[in-house]
Amino acid sequence: MPIIEVKNLVKEFNDFVAVDNISFNVEAGEIFAFLGPNGAGKSTTIKMLTTILHPSDGIIKLNGFDPVKEANQVRQSFGIVFQDQSLDDQLTAWENMEFHGVLYNIAKPLRRQRIEEMLRLVELWDKKDVLVQTFSGGMKRRLEIARGLVHSPKIFFLDEPTLGLDPQTKNRLWDYLRDLNKREGTTIFFTTHYMEEAEKMAQRIAIIDKGKIVAEGTSEQLKAKTHTDSLEAAFLELTGKDIREEHVNNHNNFRPR
Amino acid sequence: MSIIIIILDLVKFTSMKTIYILWLRQLKRHYRSKSRVLGSIAQPMLFLLSLGFGFNSIFAKAGAGDYINFLTPGIIGMTLIFTSIFSGMEIIWDRQFGFLKEILVAPVSRLNIMIGRTLGGASVAVLQGIFIYFMAMLVGFRPVSWYALPAIIGVMLLISLLFTALGTMVASRMKDMHGFQLVMNFLVMPLFFLSGALFPLDGLPTALSLVASANPLSYGVDALRQLIIGTGYYGLGLDLIVLSACCALFLFLGAYSFKTMEA
Repeated sequence: MPIIEVKNLVKEFNDFVAVDNISFNVEAGEIFAFLGPNGAGKSTTIKMLTTILHPSDGIIKLNGFDPVKEANQVRQSFGIVFQDQSLDDQLTAWENMEFHGVLYNIAKPLRRQRIEEMLRLVELWDKKDVLVQTFSGGMKRRLEIARGLVHSPKIFFLDEPTLGLDPQTKNRLWDYLRDLNKREGTTIFFTTHYMEEAEKMAQRIAIIDKGKIVAEGTSEQLKAKTHTDSLEAAFLELTGKDIREEHVNNHNNFRPR
Repeated sequence: MSIIIIILDLVKFTSMKTIYILWLRQLKRHYRSKSRVLGSIAQPMLFLLSLGFGFNSIFAKAGAGDYINFLTPGIIGMTLIFTSIFSGMEIIWDRQFGFLKEILVAPVSRLNIMIGRTLGGASVAVLQGIFIYFMAMLVGFRPVSWYALPAIIGVMLLISLLFTALGTMVASRMKDMHGFQLVMNFLVMPLFFLSGALFPLDGLPTALSLVASANPLSYGVDALRQLIIGTGYYGLGLDLIVLSACCALFLFLGAYSFKTMEA
């Protein structure tokens, strides 16, 4: 049974259709890449999947729950690393984790254990009592990953998780995620602009452009379909070579319930 | 309609743990910022010292008694309103630095978040208010009775809850920090200066007297003054009724704004 089901999903803003009738499934335990040029509808789709934005039309089931009607069950089912920073930098690494654990209603013994486990996973255990203010970009990212996993989510969303990170951190980060995917069977749903990353990591890839899904399959299938020899070439073949202007208006602001 | 939904939410989804962790966060954030702690003490003390000693002899000559004693409740009111509106408005930082998203995708009700934040902000303000109370004693302020202290703290809490909620309300409609000066100049300063914090309310020109009567802080300062030095203008009963009503109203409006705010 797919853990994410999306059927005929539409999101319209006043003057503009950001997501135009898309359907796709993600199987439990899969590593799934969601690719597309800027402004293609990636973030809008993630926002709908994660209860932040309400769809204009269509059906979403996440871990069997409806993000509009069963928001809290859905929220309990996923963890997320946002595109931009989302830590409280006046708290320590530990306090950020603890805050998350309490909000997700994890009993204290399990919470303590999980926090330690995750901080060790991302190699920040020895920095646990340091204010996040003093962390580097890479450390913050690692902490966000650890935090998103405290409540053992079934699905882990990562919106351009490696943006601006050095190759060392990037590789390390994917090691954690692969490890997690293997050990806990966590489904990983990520977006990225680095095609080699998607090619290496994702078991399946969907490409969205102008609000529509233009292709879906393994990296091999996408390359075969477009008669190209790299995912980057396949991506450009499918989405064209023009530079996209992102719609810069209020679409990035969302109205949560 | 929305009032019913909010009350139902309150009964059904109250989570003490959520409220506690948000409360704790507000306290930690405040006391970790040395500049804020210092600022929230230095500014009221500056007002107290300069105005207190500056006008003390004139006030006494006019037969109105000791100005430091008169002024202290007003300065406590000032500390409360500045600290609590500022705490409420901290949401803007949370939004700017992204932390709000983390809170908003968590499986907790918005109302618990709002309650935790508001209690946290109000607690910080009350602690500052108590601190100023004792600091003022160093410069000659003498309360009429020690027994009133619990009641005084109660009134401080009402005032702080009211203005933290107001801060939340204003901030939830602001995009970024640019509006902050506007809020200071057109909301906080008028509320403070037109409240009777600095001058007695009797014998004011009618217009000013009316404006003061429409200002919830006037009743807050008046209640504090009544309890701290035993003189007042509106009477403690009316003060408490107006304060409680305004507090309930602003908490409701604050909760509603928070519930419907954009992240």
